[in-house]
Formats: sequence, C-alpha cells, structure tokens
Amino acid sequence: MSRYLLVRVMQGVALLFIVSAVIFLIVHSAPGGPAILNNPDVDPETAKAIARDLGLTDPIAVQYARWVSRAVVGNFGRSYQHQTPVLHLIRNRIPNTLLLAGTALAIALVLAVPLGIVSAVRRYSTVDYLATVGAFFGVSVPHFWLGIMMIVLFSVTLGWLPSAGMRTAGVQAGPGDLLMHLIMPAVVLSTFPLAQLMRYARSSMVEVLSQDYVRTAQAKGLAPRRVLGTHALRNALIPVITVLGVIIPRLLSGAVITETIFAWPGLGRLAVDAAITRDYPVIMGLTMTTAVLVIVSNLITDVAYVVVDPRISLA
Amino acid sequence: MAQDALITPPVAGTTPRARSPLTVFWSRFRRNRLAVAALVFLLAIHAVAAVADWLAPYDPAALDLLNQFADPSREHLLGTDESGRDVLSRLIVGSRVSLAVGTLAMLVSITVGSLIGALAGFYGRATDGVLMRFTDGMLTIPTFFLALLVLAVFGSGLMNVILVIGFTGWMVVSRVIRAEVLRTLPQEFVLAAKAIGASDMRVLVRHVVPQAFASVIVAATLGVAYAILTESALSYLGLGVQPPTPTWGNMLSGAQQYVWTKPHLAVYPGVLIMLCVLGYNIVGDALRDALDPRASRARLA
Repeated sequence: MSRYLLVRVMQGVALLFIVSAVIFLIVHSAPGGPAILNNPDVDPETAKAIARDLGLTDPIAVQYARWVSRAVVGNFGRSYQHQTPVLHLIRNRIPNTLLLAGTALAIALVLAVPLGIVSAVRRYSTVDYLATVGAFFGVSVPHFWLGIMMIVLFSVTLGWLPSAGMRTAGVQAGPGDLLMHLIMPAVVLSTFPLAQLMRYARSSMVEVLSQDYVRTAQAKGLAPRRVLGTHALRNALIPVITVLGVIIPRLLSGAVITETIFAWPGLGRLAVDAAITRDYPVIMGLTMTTAVLVIVSNLITDVAYVVVDPRISLA
Repeated sequence: MAQDALITPPVAGTTPRARSPLTVFWSRFRRNRLAVAALVFLLAIHAVAAVADWLAPYDPAALDLLNQFADPSREHLLGTDESGRDVLSRLIVGSRVSLAVGTLAMLVSITVGSLIGALAGFYGRATDGVLMRFTDGMLTIPTFFLALLVLAVFGSGLMNVILVIGFTGWMVVSRVIRAEVLRTLPQEFVLAAKAIGASDMRVLVRHVVPQAFASVIVAATLGVAYAILTESALSYLGLGVQPPTPTWGNMLSGAQQYVWTKPHLAVYPGVLIMLCVLGYNIVGDALRDALDPRASRARLA
C-alpha cells in the first residue's frame, strides 16, 4: 500500500509540473508585456535596465525555473490589484469554496445513489423515466440561469432565502444564518454532479444485476432485499467512486459561476475578479491551487477505490 | 444482421433485403421518439439562426430609451429590455452567435482531440506517453479556471472565446479516439494495408481514423452542448462575447441586474440555452445507442 501511495504521489507531482508549464507558457505568451516597457516616455535604455532587473531578458527556461521554485513553497507573488501576497488571498478563500463544494457534493451523493439504484431495479418504470429525464435537465440547465431563477423565486417572490453573500451584514450571525446563505448556492452547484452520479449509479447497478452471482443469489432463494443489499449494492457502488475523479474538477469549475451569482466569497469569484482586472499572479496561483485540489482528491479517490475493492491487487 | 433476424424473422417466400448501415442506424435512431423531437427542434433553431437578420423584426442593437422595459405588445412581442431594445430580435440574432460559437468551438476541440488521440494511439511508446500525460495534465486543471486564465491573458472577444472553449474541451475526444485507434490497429485489414507498403499517414487516415467515425460523431454532438453552455457562462461573467453583440449568455448578465423588478427578462435566454443544450445531449445520447452495436446487443440481452 505505501509503495502504491508513493507512486501515485509522484505521478501527482509530475502532473503538477506539466500543469505549471502549461500555465507559465500561456502567461508568458501574453501580448504586450509589462506596461512600463512600452511606455514611450521611458528612455529605451532605462526600460532595458528595468527588464534586466526584473529578469525579463533571461531565457524562458530560467524564468520558468524561477517561478516554479517560488511556487512550490507557495510563493505566487503579489496581487497587482490587492497588493497582498497571492497565497494570503487564496488561503482566506479556500475554506469558503470547500464548504460550498463539499455541501454540494454531499447533497448530490445522498440523492444520486438511492435514485440511481431505484431506477436500475425498477428499470423502465415511471420512477426510472422521471429520473432519467431529470438527469438530462441536470446536465443541461445553465448554473447561472438556475441560480437567477431560484433568486427570483426564493428571494424576490417568497423572501425566504438571502440572495447573496455568506452572512447577513450588521447582525451577530450564527451557524443558522450561514446555513440560510448556503442553501441556494449548494443546491445549484449540486445539480450537475447529482445528474451525473445518478446516471453512473444506475448503469453500474444495471450491469451488476445481470451478473451470474446475482442470479445465483436469487436462485438459491434469498430475499430480494438481501440480494440487493448484500450482493449487488456493494459491487455497484465501486465504479461510482471512480466517477468522483471526473466530478470534482467540474465541481470547482461550477463554483466559479455559482460563487459569482450568489456573491459567495470563494476561489471562483476571486478568479473572475482576477480575470477581469488581468491580475496574472492571482489567476496563476488559483489555477495551480485548483489543480492541487483536484490531484489530492483524485489521490483520495484512488486509495478509497483500492480499499473498497478487494479484487484490485497492488502488486 | 443476426439480431435483426431475431426481431423480425424473414417472411417465408421473400428474400431478406440487405440493409445499408445508414438504414440500420436510422431505423434504430427513429425508435427513440424523444431524440427525434430533439433533432427536429435543433434543425428548427438552426434554421432560425441562419435567417436571423431577415427574421428579426428590429435591429437588435437599436436603443429606444423612451421605451424601456415595455411590456409585451403587438409591436414588441416579448417586450423591450433595459435599453428599450426589442427582446425577441435580440433572442433571434443571439441564437446565431451562441450556436455558431458552439459549433465552431466543437470543431476546434474535435480537430485537436482527434489529432492528439490518433497520434498517441498510432505511434505508441514515448509519443503516447508524452501526449497522454499532457492530456492528463489538461484534465487536472478545472476547465473554467484555465479558460479564465487564457481570456485574461489574450482578452475576450468572439474569436478568443471559440478558441478557448475549443482548446479546453478536446481531452475527452483524444482519449476516445486513442482507444478506438488501439482497438483498430491489430485488426487484419490494417495489417494488410501495412503489408502492402502503405505509408503511416495513409494507414492512419484511410483505414484507422474512419473506424472511429461513430465515436467522433457522438463526441461532437455532446461537444456542442458543452460549448454552448460554456460560451453562455463566460458571456454571463462578462468575459465572453462582448456587448453590443447579443448572445444568450450576455443577455442574461444584463437581465440579472434587473431581476428584482423585471424577472421575466431573465427567463427567455435561459430557456433557449437549456433547450439547445438539452437537445444536443439527448441527440448525442441517442446517437451513441444507435451507432454502437455493442450497446444495442446489451439492451436485447
């Protein structure tokens, strides 16, 4: 197990280097370059000296090495806009995004797995049909539009839920207040993973139900409940775990939209602000951070997969 | 085919007629009524987009500041927006931009994905290793953060949005194509082509890639759905197609500011985005079922 873990961690680190190279190349090929170098009022000799001092005349490999050697210790430089270290900005936002994405994933899992199983067991029934149509809507509805419609219904018309932020301004707010602010963004963010997980749970269960060992269990006269619970369910859930590897990057992408609609102070909203103000250090740091989050969650998923499924050997 | 014989046994005295693959495909696809309805809807909306300029009753950018937020009337069937622009005209002209961005971005990602997947599968070894690790790396970055980074660096605008969506959506395609190539390479007709001395390029283009056609069609259909959704999201954030060019996404971003007083303005563009994406997803799914002989065999079992 520890050997497997070591290999996977090393693969993750290698992936991060690929990601960092992609990000660096994109930003490096930005048209223009630092404004001061293009300023006609600055004497060309001075501009050259500044460029040399900033290290802009070094070969690209040297510049990349310099950026990476700082990035690995979490130094992504200072935000152009906020004049604070990028790491500081990101660290403040990470818990908010994890809370939102975690709640959304929990909602998705709690609803998707039972729905998928019922759909598979009662194939082509009304429940199955409704769930399938619902899943199509779940992957097709634009997050931002669903969010706006929920604001129209629950904030504007009914006045039940707050439409923006994490807490009510000016009030000594407790966890109940946070929960009220969390409901709508978490539900909106959960639609896509809910739909995808449900379809995977269904097809996985359908496949397991046609296996010989399920037929054997039925043939020897086990109660349907035991056949499902003991023989089918455990095997059906294993592939669902692997889908999490696909779902988690999508969840973080979805957080960008969801956080923007509901003014949720997380990583996604920081990214949108940084993109609009062209705050390169912030957006480079954020892209690296989300890649790290994805790799770590993939690692956890892989380990969980091995732990849950005894058929996989680690040799 | 064997399973067709199972469904409709040949009537005595008639010779069963051979059916072309296209006929087989169509007869399977047609059975899925939802998919046929979705296909009809998509054809209709593309037809509207094609003749948008002629169909739109007003200039979608014409301001009429004395006539803001007009209710639906005989002159303005869906009313006017915050600048007095005709909502119906903007929806019609916006359809063209949204669908064009979706289709073109899909073509970019299919091209890039097919190229990378085909080369990786065909040459194997180090080429495969490098290209697939690159694909993995791209899959590791949540697409939206990557898109924001690229748009921040190169600026937004129609062309950049198409390229960004195209270059962030090819990874799944390349994996699918690679798998198809690996499946096809050891088959006899490929070996035969190699044996008579066909060049790598010829083997790849004439014999291997056509085998992946069905997968590419499915991936392309689902790719349009992804691209329309992403374009609308980027335009909603103000980083996609810029006003005054109307797209469904940037219409929504305008409408959100008035959602407390004029919520209906936010409804129309969202419904259209959803119906188009839904249409492409349903058709893509039905195509996968109709084109994949293994899938239909599993269903019969």
